[in-house]
Amino acid sequence: MGAAEAATAQRSDVDLDTLLEIYRRTMLIHKTDERFRSMLMSGALRLVYYPVRGQEVVSAAMMTALRPDDYLVTTYRGVHDQLAKGIPLKDLWAEFTGKATGTCKGKGGPMHITDPATGVMVTTGVVGSGLPIANGLALSSVLNKTGRVTVVCFGDGASNIGAFHEALNMASVWKLPVVFCCQNNRYGEHTPYAQSTSAKQIIDRAPGYSMPGVRVDGNDPVAMYHAAKEAVDRARAGDGPTLLEAMTYRMLGHTFGASYAYVPKALQEEAAREDPVPRFRKRLLDMQVSEAKLAEIETKIDQDLEEAVQYALASPYPDLIELRRDVLAKEIAA
Amino acid sequence: MSEAAKISFSQAINMALDEAMAADPSVIIMGEDVADEQGGGVFKATNGLSTKYGVDRVRATPISETAIMGAAVGAAITGMRPVAEIMFMNFLTVCMDQIVNHAAKLRFMSGGKTSVPLTIRCGTGAGVGFGGQHSDMLEAWFAHVPGMKVVTACNPADAKGLLLSSIEDDDPVLFIENVAMYAAQGPAPTAGYKVPLGKANIRRSGKDVTLITYGRPVLAADAVAAAMAEEGVDVEVIDLRTIAPFDEEAVLNSVAKTNRAVVVHEAVKAFGAGAEISSRIHEELFGQLKAPVKRVGSKYSPVPFSPPLEQHFLYNEDEIKSAIRSTLG
Repeated sequence: MGAAEAATAQRSDVDLDTLLEIYRRTMLIHKTDERFRSMLMSGALRLVYYPVRGQEVVSAAMMTALRPDDYLVTTYRGVHDQLAKGIPLKDLWAEFTGKATGTCKGKGGPMHITDPATGVMVTTGVVGSGLPIANGLALSSVLNKTGRVTVVCFGDGASNIGAFHEALNMASVWKLPVVFCCQNNRYGEHTPYAQSTSAKQIIDRAPGYSMPGVRVDGNDPVAMYHAAKEAVDRARAGDGPTLLEAMTYRMLGHTFGASYAYVPKALQEEAAREDPVPRFRKRLLDMQVSEAKLAEIETKIDQDLEEAVQYALASPYPDLIELRRDVLAKEIAA
Repeated sequence: MSEAAKISFSQAINMALDEAMAADPSVIIMGEDVADEQGGGVFKATNGLSTKYGVDRVRATPISETAIMGAAVGAAITGMRPVAEIMFMNFLTVCMDQIVNHAAKLRFMSGGKTSVPLTIRCGTGAGVGFGGQHSDMLEAWFAHVPGMKVVTACNPADAKGLLLSSIEDDDPVLFIENVAMYAAQGPAPTAGYKVPLGKANIRRSGKDVTLITYGRPVLAADAVAAAMAEEGVDVEVIDLRTIAPFDEEAVLNSVAKTNRAVVVHEAVKAFGAGAEISSRIHEELFGQLKAPVKRVGSKYSPVPFSPPLEQHFLYNEDEIKSAIRSTLG
């Protein structure tokens, strides 16, 4: 690290290596998400896809604050979380395309990505269901004294389902090492926040469960990293759970290709101006990180991505016998 | 414990939990009021265990079935063997998402990368005046979900042996206990006694008709078989013990011999597990059946409160007898 870079790192209050790692994860998410959408647009892929455009930085910063063996639980809009947690890109692409080489042999699919080796324990297709499960992962860490922290990601809409409330209450009563990471993207499916949520902000619900509630600009990598680190450290120290509300914005529709007409034009324009990805890049350049350094990170991702896409496309579909495997521990008889 | 000793159903449950916890530190218990400070469980099934193993492993929970089941699922996928006590079977409906969408499916959806070695215990059963929301037999709901095993017992020794096997099993198991039987006494099993899952028990051998049942109605089936023997009807009684997956081999072998079958369960007859069992018999043995398979179950009604209504709702021995007689022509 050069002297200029060291100075800027101090100024940004997150060391430059960490910031560049957050940037790498941000771009990995961003480019993967773009690739999925372009392949869906061209017809090269067919799947129900939940875009993460606009939410890249939240996950990149959140997961960079974790240890590799920490646990993650996420939802169907979770590709940003999974990638940021370190899931192998090839395995992820193969799973999204239903191939035998996927994380789950093609049997789970995009909404059910699991990869325990990187701590990706559950991806649920049901809003809010991950929160109670996160408590169980955390309980296991406590009982087995592994020091692992569990992060569970969910949207603002999930704070209106019963599982959220039951899980926060239990986590608080049992002082579990969980970070409840709410990615407030301002829309629950097609319904704007204020029309579905009685609390002015999600963290207003935290005091009812006697836990800290921290609201942060999730699209700001430094602010998000700090908030995430603080919550993770609190959990790891045995001081219990945190409700983190990362403010972000879902820049595209609920599913790929779905109408987005219900979002006011002005809001869309404002979001485009504040797009976290180019903002992050500019921030790094302003900090005197060289264009060449960023290009190096981006080029590596492009190469890995191309390799992963080709790997997935060339991989075989699962053998039909797989329908009888993993249903129960013992293979179902033919 | 000698073979002559007797224990109650809830003591048998306690014995299985105790042995499982002693043998394997990854076995933990979660449920409402399960710790000794809260009375050791409303049916005393967990009595003494938190004192012996600590409240870290025997965890009294908030009244939050979704949180209980979710925590059990989460702990299970890390390799622990949680036993989640859901006080009444009807309360499983409060946490169906965790059971059906997660516990049952995570092994498959993860391509075998995770599994859910979870045991869910619940009490239920009509006849004790709990009314419509504490008495249902919903086993068919869970038997219909690929990935779940469903188990029940008709006596304390079986309960102990089946519960121990359920906890050691690598799949999620729903273990159903009949609240009308918690105090029932039976011969005590020996330490380490286990009953394998998926294997039916032929309680009584007979050549005329096969009576297939599970849980509390096994007692009625035994009584009916004894009574009908006096009429010269030789009834074979099969206790499935595991409802899902049920022991097709034992059932089909028996009916291939008797050529007649009656299925009995406490659950409401319509769309019950008896329909599946009966259908499998018809599919495999249609040509050699001497009569259509008959089913006996409870009436098509929510479980009523008023005692005469509740008794009328339940299957009874006369109905079983007349079903048997109808197969005899």
